[in-house]
Order: sequence, then structure tokens, then C-alpha cells
Amino acid sequence: MKLPAAFWFLAPALGLIAVFFLLPIAAALLLSLTDFDIYAIGDPSALRWIGPDNYRQVFEHPLFWTALSNTFYFVLLGGPLSVGLSLGAALLLNARLTCCRTLFRTIYFLPVVSTLVAVAVVWRALYSPDAGLLNQMLGVFGIHPIDWLGDPDWAMPAIILMAAWKNFGFNMIIFIAGLQAIPDRLYEAARLDGAGSWAQFRYITLPQLAPTFLFVALMTMIGYLQLFAEPYVMTQGGPANATLSLVMLMYQEGFRWWNMGFAAALAFVLFVIILAGTLLQLRLQRRDGG
Amino acid sequence: MKRRLALILLVGLVLGCTPHEESSNHITLDFWVMGSEGERVQSLLPAFERAHPGIKVRVQQIPWSSAHEKLLTAHVGGTLPDVFQLGNTWLAEFVALRALAPLDDVLSAEAQADIFPGVLAANRMSGHLYGLPWYVDTRLLFYRADLLQQAGVARAPQTWSEWIDALRRLRAHTGSAPLILPFSEWQTLIALSLQQQAELLRDDGRYGAFKQPAFRAAFAFYIRLFQEGLAEVGGELRVGNVYQAFADGRIAMLVSGPWNLGEFERRMPPALREVWATAPLPVPDDTAYPGRSIAGGASLAINAKSPHSQAARALLLFLSAPPQQLEFYRATGDLPVRMSAWSMGKLQQAPRIDAFWQQLQQVQGVPPVPEWERLASLVMRHAERVARGLESQEQALTAMDQEADAMLEKRRWLMDRAAP
Repeated sequence: MKLPAAFWFLAPALGLIAVFFLLPIAAALLLSLTDFDIYAIGDPSALRWIGPDNYRQVFEHPLFWTALSNTFYFVLLGGPLSVGLSLGAALLLNARLTCCRTLFRTIYFLPVVSTLVAVAVVWRALYSPDAGLLNQMLGVFGIHPIDWLGDPDWAMPAIILMAAWKNFGFNMIIFIAGLQAIPDRLYEAARLDGAGSWAQFRYITLPQLAPTFLFVALMTMIGYLQLFAEPYVMTQGGPANATLSLVMLMYQEGFRWWNMGFAAALAFVLFVIILAGTLLQLRLQRRDGG
Repeated sequence: MKRRLALILLVGLVLGCTPHEESSNHITLDFWVMGSEGERVQSLLPAFERAHPGIKVRVQQIPWSSAHEKLLTAHVGGTLPDVFQLGNTWLAEFVALRALAPLDDVLSAEAQADIFPGVLAANRMSGHLYGLPWYVDTRLLFYRADLLQQAGVARAPQTWSEWIDALRRLRAHTGSAPLILPFSEWQTLIALSLQQQAELLRDDGRYGAFKQPAFRAAFAFYIRLFQEGLAEVGGELRVGNVYQAFADGRIAMLVSGPWNLGEFERRMPPALREVWATAPLPVPDDTAYPGRSIAGGASLAINAKSPHSQAARALLLFLSAPPQQLEFYRATGDLPVRMSAWSMGKLQQAPRIDAFWQQLQQVQGVPPVPEWERLASLVMRHAERVARGLESQEQALTAMDQEADAMLEKRRWLMDRAAP
């Protein structure tokens, strides 16, 4: 049998994907069926094949449900907030009357490309309960100081606020591209029919942006479900585990305690959650669109 | 011509990659040291290299925050150095990994008797010495003697009731919670429970023993400090810089270790140089003072697979000798493990350090199980939840035992397998 020429063109890329992507996934799947831990590193005979037991343990883990609800809290509040901010900024920057667009676009995009650790240092100062700028501003309106990162009720909102600010620039650029692809003649026709700016937004901009919207919403959801770096540098998952996310839990179990089997199982659970979320979104959007 | 050049280069590259240290009768010892000790230990090494002309020591500094992961990864990758520093509570884990060479014959029995017994015991696992204590750590009270005096307390509290009373008076005097108790430091709660003779784990580390009366009493006392408002939940975040807060009197007490001797020395404003003091931890009422605290600190260990174990032993012997211990103390402020080094430097009589001397006479290690750090973080997670009013003490203790038992399942299985 002779392989088609196309195969050989694809082979290098496929080879890389197989070695660096598929193989590790398969290995992780096998790992997730064992109780690989520090004992097993010292003595391979201490490795037990425990099959689906790891997955049962994931659901019985005292912190799994905390981490899951924290992650959902972050996605459900932070996702729409971040996408909304992006859309708002994109509309503003795309408006005809806005001056210095490039300047503002750069400024809004700056947080995306700046180092998270540096950003975290600045935000920690902003959130400082006594001397923080945020509390001082609230104080002007007579609001009592909030212990942003120290109070379990406020820590997650604080993380959400920072993450939304840090990330909205990226989606904003995509929205701007989407907005610029909408032909002007649609707006002209609408104006001739007497549509106001809200009607134009509702019946032209939004439907025309639907594919962009789907992409942005999906990528944001997938990215936010993997929340890790923000709580890792800001709160280490605290206070009282109020900002512990699924990936953070995975990191702790895997690299801090070296429970690789358990961490691998948790990774697959997260994969299923992300897959389910993606399918759900695709379905909702298709129903809306069709 | 070009091809020949390429060949020569290739051969050179291959030769350059193979280790050829042995050939010249020269041994290079790799030595990983954590934190600032990594920098300061280097001043001791020239003397060692002069005494052992065949040995060169190559020090690599590892930051504490990533040391544990780095050592584990290095072990898995087979790149552990010949000699490395280990936190005492990690020892059991690395013994389980079979990463450490036994060190029973490095020090004479006489020299071993010169080490604080509790600290030495914490380095002994299943009958063998796996870590050679390098410097000691224990926890005791740091306090502002002037504020205590002004609040009407004559001397540092010696019992738990006196402690509560002193803290109440301090709070009345300064108007803020005087004690700082971060949940990230499990050592304080564990030290309190060791004073109550708590086992922490029972049946040779097979099950959690957190519901036993001893731990229960220590836990209740720890929580009471928060409930009475003597320590603030998350206080360490609120005050920001602990030294600053200590200097301006927002906090007047903390439970801490030897490294803070140096930090306070450096950071207290000149006017306050003389008014901060240390004292052994207060003990439960009706027990002898000073009581127990926790045995901590760092040890030196030798990689079980090191090809230079003789040279490595020589380095350990050198670093643990009293003169070097004293020199290391002068360079770092880390307290020596050898009691004769204390006598040489007259540290027993030095103000503030004397409290450590008293406390170190009775220190005890944590249960020698590889799961210890995990267990400690589990205990503190529940302690934080109780202090924040998210669960009751009873719920917390039950959950601690349950979760500890689940965590120790593998250990039980391995122990049962080993002993038919």
C-alpha cells in the first residue's frame, strides 16, 4: 500500500503531536488508574492498580467540592464580566468619535501582555485593607474598609476583578476585529429605515457578532475553568480555601504532595467538565442562531 | 578538511560531556543548600578544602519556597547532589523514597551525645540516623517586655492561664489583638499539643489521634486565643509587616523561631533594641516550666546513590564540628546543634538566646511519617475553619481523624505488607 503524498507532509506535525501530546495523555490516563505517589517512586512494587477508585476518591475528597464551586463561581461571575468589559471596550474603541484609538487599544491591551506576578504585586497593594487605594476610594463614599484578600467572602470577588481587568484586552481585540468585519451598508440601511442606535446594536451588531461571540465565550470559559495563576500568586488558595480552584487543587495534590495518580484523575475530571461546558455552549448558541 | 574539523568538534563534544573528575584524583562534591545559608556556608568551605586537598565542594543555592519540589524532582530524575540540606520534617519522606544514606557512623557516640537529644531523635528513623542535624529550630515566645510591664504584668507568662491573662491585659492596654498566629504556621499548634503529650498519630503512625484528650485540649486552647479576640484571624495579613507592627505596638507577642532573633536585631528601631525579649513557651497549668516545644531545624543528608560517600561524610563531619557550628552561627544566626558549640560561644548566657537554650532541653519531633506535611496542612485547614466559625471543634476533630486515616491508608498497607 502506498501512502498518499499528503501523509508525508503531515507526518512531522503528526509525529510531534503524537509524542508530545497524545502519548502523555495516554500515560496520564494510565497514571490516573494507579495510586502513584512518593512510596511508588522509592519502590515500584508499592504501586497499586486501583482502577476507577481514584475517581471515587476525587468525589470524596474533602476539598473537591469546594474547589469545584469556587471554580464555577469564578467562571459564572468572572466570565460574563470579562466578556462584557471586552465588548464594551471594543464598542467604545470602534466608535467613530473616539480619538486616539491606537493609544487606548494599546493601554487596554497592556495588562494582557504584562507579567502576572508583577500585576499581582500591584493589585495586592491596591487591595491592602489599611492603606490600599481601593479601600481609600470606598472610604470617600463612607464605605467601611474591606479586607479584600483576607476575608473568605471577598477574596474570590477580588480575584475575579483582577482577572477580568487582566484579561479583557485580549477579547477586546477579537471583538474589534469582529466589529470591523460588519459591513457599513447594513447600518446605512438600518438608519434609512429609522433604526436608533440601540436597535442597530440589537439587530445588527449582536447577530453579526454571533460567531465572534461564540469563540470569545468558549475560549473564556475554557481558560477560566483552568483558573490557577491568579490565586496561586495572590492568595495561595486561601483564606479558608475560598480561592482554591480545581487546577490549584490538582497542583497541590500532584506537585506538593506528589499524589500523581489522584492528580491525574482530577485532570480527567476537569477535562470532562470543560468538554461538557463546551458542548453545552455550542448547543445553546446553535439554538439561538437557528 | 571541513569534514575532519567537524569530526574533531564532535569528538571534543562527546569527551566534554563525560565526567572525568575521577581521573585526576579530584572529587567534586555537589552540595545543595537552601536560602541565605547557601551563600554564607561558602565562607566555611575553604578551610575544608585545605584540609582535604582532593575534594572540591560546589555549592548550589536553592530557594526554600521551591526546595521540596526541586529535591523530589531531582530524586526522580536521578540528579540529586551528593550532599544536601533537608528540613527535618521532610526526612521521613526521603527515607521512604530510599534517597538517603544512613549516617550512623559519621559521628562518634560521644559527639552524638553532644547534640540536643530531641533534635537527634527527630533524625532517626527505624533505628538509623538519616540526617545529621545542622542547625536547630524550635518555637517560643517573642514579646515586648515594656508593653507587658505597662499592662501590669511583671514577667513573661509561664502557664497557659497566665498567658491568657497577660494577653487580656495587653489588649486592654494597646487596644488591639496583641498576639499573631498565622494559620500557615502549624508549628505553634503542634508545639502546644506536644506540651499536652499529644501523640498526634496512633499505632505507629497508622491512624490519626486528634480526638484524644491531649490534642483536644491543645486545640481548644489555640482556638480560644482567637475566640477571646487575643489573636486576630488573618491578623498577619492585616498588619502587613510584622516587624513594623511589633515596633509600633499593634502586636506585642508572637510565637516564632531562631531566625527572628537576627531579624528583630536588624529591624527594631534603636529605641526598642532593649525592650523586646524571648521566653520559653508557656506550659499547661500544673506542669513544669519550661515544657516541651517542637524540634525543628535543618539537617544534612547524603544521597544514597552518591559515588563520593566518603568525601561526603568528611564534609558532614567538618560542618557538624563545634568550631564550624559556632562560626556558622556567627555568619547566619542559625543556632548550633552541638551543645559544646553553645558553651564555646557562651550562648547560654546571651540575652534572648538563653530562652532558646532552656527550650531546646525539651524538644520533640513530629511523628516520623512521610505524610507529615500533608497532615499538618490538614490540621491547620480545620483550625482555620473553626477559628472563623465555619465548623465546630467537635466536627473539626472528627474530620481530622477521618481525613488523616484516609491519608495514611497507603502507609498501613505498606506496613502490613512488610510485616506478615
